[in-house]
Amino acid sequence: MSTASADQISLGRPATSAAPLRHWLRLFRSEIRIIFLRPRNLALLSLLAVAPIFLGIVLKISTPPPGAGDGGGPGVFVGQIADNGVFLSLFTIYVLLPVVVPLAVAVVSGDSIAGEAGLGTLRTLLTVPAGRVRLLLTKYVSIVVFCLAAYALIAVIALVMGALLFPIGPVTLLSGNAVPLASGLARLALIVLYVVAGLAALGAIGLALSTLTQHAIAVMATILVIVIVSQILDAVSQVAAIHPYLPTHFWFSFDAFLRMPIAWSQVLHGLGSFAAWAAISCAVAIVRIRRADVTC
Amino acid sequence: MTLADPAVAVTGAEPFDAAITTSGLSMRFRGGQLAVDAIDLAVPPGSVYGFLGPNGSGKTTTIRMLLGLVHPTGGSFRLLGTDSRDGLDSVLSRVGALVEGPAFYPFLSGRQNLARCDAADPTADLVTASSRIDRALDQVGLLAAADKRYRAYSLGMKQRLGIAAGLLRPRDLMVLDEPTNGLDPQGTREIRSLVKQIAADGTTVFVSSHLLAEVDQICSHVGVMSVGKLVFQGTLAELRSRGEPRILVTTADPAGAAAVLAALGLADVSAADGQVSAVLGGQAPEKVNAELVHGGVPVSGLAMVRPSLEDLFVELTGEGFNVNG
Repeated sequence: MSTASADQISLGRPATSAAPLRHWLRLFRSEIRIIFLRPRNLALLSLLAVAPIFLGIVLKISTPPPGAGDGGGPGVFVGQIADNGVFLSLFTIYVLLPVVVPLAVAVVSGDSIAGEAGLGTLRTLLTVPAGRVRLLLTKYVSIVVFCLAAYALIAVIALVMGALLFPIGPVTLLSGNAVPLASGLARLALIVLYVVAGLAALGAIGLALSTLTQHAIAVMATILVIVIVSQILDAVSQVAAIHPYLPTHFWFSFDAFLRMPIAWSQVLHGLGSFAAWAAISCAVAIVRIRRADVTC
Repeated sequence: MTLADPAVAVTGAEPFDAAITTSGLSMRFRGGQLAVDAIDLAVPPGSVYGFLGPNGSGKTTTIRMLLGLVHPTGGSFRLLGTDSRDGLDSVLSRVGALVEGPAFYPFLSGRQNLARCDAADPTADLVTASSRIDRALDQVGLLAAADKRYRAYSLGMKQRLGIAAGLLRPRDLMVLDEPTNGLDPQGTREIRSLVKQIAADGTTVFVSSHLLAEVDQICSHVGVMSVGKLVFQGTLAELRSRGEPRILVTTADPAGAAAVLAALGLADVSAADGQVSAVLGGQAPEKVNAELVHGGVPVSGLAMVRPSLEDLFVELTGEGFNVNG
């Protein structure tokens, strides 16, 4: 290929290796298009978009008394929504995190390799040749982008709903201090990024599972089982020793961003755990895809 | 079979001596079944190589190995001069492939599906992408249906889109696995003329099939698989010459004719339905005719027949389980 000369017919001109990044970006765009054009994924995103609207209306109708739910948990946010619509966003993020958004991540990561194998398009892509590891890593980046898109969508719609239905103003943190609205929104953005990091780790687990089978549904079910079992174990104090190693353990540590000052050590613990899960899972996925026999 | 002179690559790559050569290529499934048993393929450049065999004889598994989808459990191969153990990614961009039926995204249009394939190609020319895609669609006659969803395509259109994916850039080799599977006669003709056209452009075509009429019409070389083994390989003419010509006499006196043929020393004389046939051997048909007339046998028809490709194929691969009752 390196002998490509100028007199070659233009249609077949093999590209030089000078632009691998542009070629990678092209594959990435194609991958993103596949994810966001798939009717099922669009339905999932619509569902996620409707959630904050639904929650906003329900909470507007049955406005909880200010100060309700001081005991912690989601109630912390619920009690403040009537005073400040920004908390609708936090509440929605909290409510959708245990199962609903992981379901969407499960669907997309199940599709990533297993779904393509089941559809047969994996063999089409590999004979192109897309390159096994190149394809896998592109798919992982796309999963992460999907997680980010999902949670950004939720947060933005919840903010809009919160602004429409409730007053908006300076944000009172969990530590009791009030910060200006702009600072509150910046903290909200950090929370979205943190939660997405947690989901990205889950996406990596999904990717690894996806390289083991050609049944996307099996991947989805397994991820949901992992998410639920992990949260159940996390609630059992007798197994506290394993809690820090559970993939979901640090998901809810995003309250660190609602302290003054931000509890960075807690944040770093969480990010470290997510990074470890993502690295191990990606390594398994890479080893597996390099060896896998594509027979469907 | 002798290999032709090194072919000048359509893609402008280094010339290669053979499009595909395999040595002892084997695949044993995890269950222990030997799906491909040490085959030595030699596909000359510029040929249209028909890869024949009954269903389950190992054709698709072989093709999957050649395209790097599954890893051989034994032996090795060279694709366009590149050793399989050196990695296939660099050479696969010079190979167009359709494996076990077309596989595309049902919710994308034909054009979007080809764009997806092209986007996955790390060496495709970015600037010419859309013109190459339209050209490939045009070549397979799908330009008018380019924006229809793949889901709405007929089986023939799906197969043609699969071939179009292989035509996105000039290729030195096209590997087509059962490209006419499930197609009606019209669709089969379309694919056949496409294959001829691809071959005419200088691309070596490796096409697997179990349809003999198809092979007869488009292939220059054949390899025949049977239960994982390559039982024949050579030119189509060489395959045909394996069959011994027979003489076929139509007569009202089969017994008399049979006696004359036997007296001439012809082997395997058989009579049925007013026809007598025998292996011609080295005899000249006109001499046989003269002997028959001389012997007083009323000859109403005399023909020399070669076994059909189907007869030869069955002879090589064995009868189906219920052909003989």
